[in-house]
Amino acid sequence: MKTWQVHIIIIFFVCFSCDNESVERYFATPSSLDIPKLFEDNILAPVIPIDNPQTVEGIALGKKLFFDPILSIDNTLACVDCHAPENAFTDSDKFSDGVDGIFGNRNSMPLFNLAWNYDEKFFWDGNTFSLEHQAFVPVTDPFEMKSNWTDVESKLQQHAEYPSLFEKAFGASNIDSSLVTKAIAQFERTLISANSKFDKFLLGELNLSPEELNGFNVFMDEAKGDCFHCHGSDKNPLWTDNIFHNNGLDETFADLGLGAVTGDPADNGKFKSPSLRNLEFTAPYMHDGRFASLDDVINHYSQGLKNSSTIDPLMKKVDQGGVGLTDKDKADLKAFLLSLSDYDFINSK
Amino acid sequence: MQRIILIILVLFMFTSCNKDNGVSQVQITFKFSHNWDGTAVSNANFNSIIYTNANGEDLSITKLRYLISKITFEKSSGETFILDGYNLVDVTNNTNQSFTPITTIPDGDYSKVSFTFGFDNDDNYNENYIDLNSASWNVPELLGGGYHYMQLEGKFIDNTTTETGYAYHTIRAVDNSGATQVFQDTFFEVDVGAVNITNNATFNIEMNIAEWFKNPNTWDLNVLNQMLMPNSSAQIMMYENGQNVFNLESVNQ
Repeated sequence: MKTWQVHIIIIFFVCFSCDNESVERYFATPSSLDIPKLFEDNILAPVIPIDNPQTVEGIALGKKLFFDPILSIDNTLACVDCHAPENAFTDSDKFSDGVDGIFGNRNSMPLFNLAWNYDEKFFWDGNTFSLEHQAFVPVTDPFEMKSNWTDVESKLQQHAEYPSLFEKAFGASNIDSSLVTKAIAQFERTLISANSKFDKFLLGELNLSPEELNGFNVFMDEAKGDCFHCHGSDKNPLWTDNIFHNNGLDETFADLGLGAVTGDPADNGKFKSPSLRNLEFTAPYMHDGRFASLDDVINHYSQGLKNSSTIDPLMKKVDQGGVGLTDKDKADLKAFLLSLSDYDFINSK
Repeated sequence: MQRIILIILVLFMFTSCNKDNGVSQVQITFKFSHNWDGTAVSNANFNSIIYTNANGEDLSITKLRYLISKITFEKSSGETFILDGYNLVDVTNNTNQSFTPITTIPDGDYSKVSFTFGFDNDDNYNENYIDLNSASWNVPELLGGGYHYMQLEGKFIDNTTTETGYAYHTIRAVDNSGATQVFQDTFFEVDVGAVNITNNATFNIEMNIAEWFKNPNTWDLNVLNQMLMPNSSAQIMMYENGQNVFNLESVNQ
C-alpha cells in the first residue's frame, strides 16, 4: 500500500473514531439570521460568537428580557424604555433617565445591524467588546437600571416563566448573568434594517427622486459632503465604518470619548460613527444629542466645524467652518439621508 | 497515546514537502515595513508632528493603509506565476503587514519578481470585494468606481502656522471636467528584481513614506492637502512620486 493511501486511512480513522464518553447535550432550535441581499452581496458575514449561536428559543427569550423591566432594581425600567422600536431602538430624548430619574451624559444609541460591527466595539466610545458584554453594562449602571446581578438572577430564577424559558434556550436550569446577556445579544442580532427606499433603489425596485439622487452625489463627492469615507456607501450598506472619529464638534472636550478608554490623548474627542440609516427616527443626533434636527447636523458639517488637535483630517476647510454647501445641496443631501429610512424595521418588532 | 501518534502522522503528511523532479513548491511571504527617509515608522509614531517633507512642511501621520496585488514571479523563459489574492496593508491598525498568498510556486531562478501597487483595471472594476467594501475602501461611481489604492492621512503645519488635515488618497486618475470622463492609469508595478528561490521565502519590502512628497514632484501641502481624489493632475503626480517609494530590503529563505 502506498504512503498516501495509509495517510488517508489514518485521517478517516481519526475523523470517524468513536468517542467513548456519552455526554447528553441540549440543543435549542437553530435560527440563522435573515441576511439581506445587499449585505450578502457586498459585505462580510455577520459576527456570531461560536459559543452563542442564534436559536429560536434564545432569540425569543432575549426579546422577552429586552422588553421586561425585571432587569432593573425596582422593576420599572426595561431596555426598551431607552431603545424604543419606533425610534429605531434609540431614545427620542437627548439623554435617558435611569431608575432614579437621573440622566446619563450620552445619547442612547440606536440598535440595528449590530452583528456587522466587525470590530465588536460597542458604545459611543467603544469601551466594551462584544454584544454579549455590552448587555451586561446597563443592568448595573447606577444611572440606568442600577441592579446587581445576584438580585436579577434571583428574580429570574423565582419567576413563573423564566426558568423554563432558559431551560429551552440553553438547557440550563440555573439562570446566570451570562445566559441573560447571551439571550439579549441573540435578540439584538435579529434587529436588521435593510429595507429602505434607497435599498430598494439599489435592488432595482424603484427610482429615486432627482433631489435624492443629487443628495447621494453630494454624499459621495469628496469636494462636497465627503460623507462616504466614514459613513459607508452603496457598496457598504451599513452606512457606517463603525470607527471612531473627531468630527469637529468642539475645540475642547467635556467628554473625551475614545480617549478616556484608551488613555491616548490622540483619541480625545473621538466617538463612533453612527449608521445613517433611520435618521428620520433617531433624533437628536451626536453622542451628546446636541443637534435636534438633521438640518442642524448638515449645517454643522457645512459651516460649523471647530478645530482641535484630534479633529479628523477628512474634515475640510475647518478654518472656514466647512465646505459651505449650497442650500440646494443641503436640502438634497437631507432628502437622500431620509431615503435611508426603513419603516418596515421600526414597525416589525 | 495512540491518538497523539495519529495526529503527528497527519501533521507530518500535511507539512511534508512536495518535491517532484527535483523541484519543490515553496510558500512566499511579503512583509511590509515603513520608514521616513530611513527612520522606522509604525503606528506608535502616528499622531505626532515629527516629520518634515521635502517642501519643508512639518507633518504627522494619522492613517496609512494601501493595497497591493498581483505578486508575480517571472522566469527568463517567460513562464509566469501570479500569486492569488491581494492585501490591504493597514499600518494604522498594525494588520496585514505580512501577506502569505495561498498559491505556491516552484523554487528556482526568477528573472523578475514584482507586485502591483493598487489594482490593475481588470481587478479594479471587474470584481466586488466584500472585505474591501467592509473596510470602506471603495471609490465613488462619480469617479469611476473601483477601489482606493492608498489612504495616507495626517496633519501638517500650514503657512498660517495652523494644524491642518491632509488626505493623500490615491485612486485611478479621472478628469471629470469635460463632457466625458478621461481616465489615466495610476496603479503601477513595483519591480523588486531577480531572485533565486531555494526555499520558502520572505520578501521584506520597505516603503519610504517621505518619497510620496518628494520625487519628482515636491509636494506642497498648502496647495494639495484635501479633495485630491477628484483632482486628476494630483493623482498623476502621486503616481509619479510613487515610483520610488518601495524598495526590496532583503529576502529571507
